[in-house]
Amino acid sequence: MSAGARSSGLLAPAERGKALFVVLAFAALALYPLAAGQFGIDLVTKIMIYAIFALSLELLVGTTGLVCFGHAALFGIGAYAVVKLSPEYEAGSVWWLLPASIGAASLYALFMGSLSLRTRGAYFIMVTLAFAQMAYYVVHDTPLGGGTDGIYLNVKPVVAVGGRTLLDLDDPKTFYGVTLACLALVFVFLAVLLRSRFGRALAGIKVNEQRMRATGFETYPYKLAAFVVSGALAGLAGFLFAVKDAYVNPELLSWHLSGSVLIMIILGGLGHLRGALIGAFAFALLQEFFKSEAIWGAFAKHWHLGLGLTIIACVALLPRGLVDVPGQWRARLTGRGAPGGAGSGAGA
Amino acid sequence: MSEVLLRACDVTRRWGGLVAVDRVSLELQRGQVHAVIGTNGAGKSTLINILSGEIAPSAGTVELLGRDVSAWSQPRRAQAGLGRSYQRTTIYPEFSVFENCRLAAQARLQRPWAWWERADRCVAGNDAALAAVRRTGLFDVLDRTAGLLSHGQKRQLEIAMCLATAPQVLLLDEPLAGMGAEETDRMLELLAELKAGHAILLVEHDMDAVFRIADRITVMVNGSVLASGEPQAVRANPEVQAAYLGGH
Repeated sequence: MSAGARSSGLLAPAERGKALFVVLAFAALALYPLAAGQFGIDLVTKIMIYAIFALSLELLVGTTGLVCFGHAALFGIGAYAVVKLSPEYEAGSVWWLLPASIGAASLYALFMGSLSLRTRGAYFIMVTLAFAQMAYYVVHDTPLGGGTDGIYLNVKPVVAVGGRTLLDLDDPKTFYGVTLACLALVFVFLAVLLRSRFGRALAGIKVNEQRMRATGFETYPYKLAAFVVSGALAGLAGFLFAVKDAYVNPELLSWHLSGSVLIMIILGGLGHLRGALIGAFAFALLQEFFKSEAIWGAFAKHWHLGLGLTIIACVALLPRGLVDVPGQWRARLTGRGAPGGAGSGAGA
Repeated sequence: MSEVLLRACDVTRRWGGLVAVDRVSLELQRGQVHAVIGTNGAGKSTLINILSGEIAPSAGTVELLGRDVSAWSQPRRAQAGLGRSYQRTTIYPEFSVFENCRLAAQARLQRPWAWWERADRCVAGNDAALAAVRRTGLFDVLDRTAGLLSHGQKRQLEIAMCLATAPQVLLLDEPLAGMGAEETDRMLELLAELKAGHAILLVEHDMDAVFRIADRITVMVNGSVLASGEPQAVRANPEVQAAYLGGH
């Protein structure tokens, strides 16, 4: 009985701070279209899609400890699925295209995961990269994917019930709202998932897989399930990306994108869902900043350099990611190293 | 009282030309501590690894609760009631003591599809974890991060994690290694207590402790069994004295 009492207490102060941050962040995103112009809405929509993509990878890398270096393949497959399955001259239905997109990505995740999860560590990284490159070349070099030029989506899918259009995805503000809703749903889904038995088992696998097996967990099906769920969410992000731009090209499956999304979650802070959120925004905004000709003039074409140096500096100064900024400040203010030591007096 | 819970028959493991474990047979009975002693490299840990299913034997069979489990994976054997501890402490250092045990207890009630249920609200899991923590004397450090425990407490935690899975057979690989006299006493008390409901295999270097607690002793040398039997008989065995016990 006392065990039940242990867990039903109020949130600890640290937990409350995190929850408050997430609620404020989503509130800010919800209010943003009221103040922003078209460019801003377009940019933040894109970033939110990347955030969903980053959250999907966080489930594998941050939670389960599986460093997947081929996640763009799942994103790209989700994106290509919409375009390939949409009718050419009329609008397809979201009710069928969205599940198809997520299904295609999940299916490839199942194939990719079932084989790559037989390896570990650096081999796992390389094998996932190889699977992603396979998908990339199929799209890049066969008639199936339309080659380097990519394919246009002539008519965006519609959200309709009984012939009545409920949401017009062609309208940027509506699409912004849909993307934000998806991001919020994915975030809540993962937050709930991580507290469940499944989520705790994944956390255990990350920390000590040998002990998990010795305790009685068949870890392979757990890891494969995590891979497929992660693939499904990456497929959702891909779907949104394709619908937003009404255009796909092979670069969506390239290893550059797999690398970028890894950098996002590392930058934000591995092991935290909000790290993926923060990382996606930080990465994309830094990219916009260094690409800006208004600031950098002709030098803006060397934006990779500025971005790379900034990321190196961030990782060197904040090894636990941007989520650790408050912790570092606290440690500096109180002159103590351990984040648990400071400010926990009230809770105890 | 002679209920055999685990039986190994002619278990053998070869690594290339090296025979790490050579036709070892033993029986673990409920209510007994069966100690396996031997020099470093005698194959004791390999034997535990084979029995628990972590590595496959080259030959021989393992029976658990009357069923042939030779082809079973380690998790499946654990599910069936086989718990083990490691020579090198193997816990989840980042989790609290309670969460270490709760996660272990969860192995019995996995329900991975129930993604909406909070793991820490599972009453059965919490109770099993709490009982294991109490039994091993870790109640006072329930919420401490496991990595910050003392060495002795970590060894206790490892036993607690085993107990949380409600095993019938315990394979303990040097649970006393690195422990002080007081901690050793407490651990031996615990083992004596656990003996009633479990069959325990104890690999240990501390000979005083072994002779205090063991009901049967098997001596291994170079992968094979040199002698096996009651402690007094093993102690008196001249071969054992020459090979291992020395002046003991």
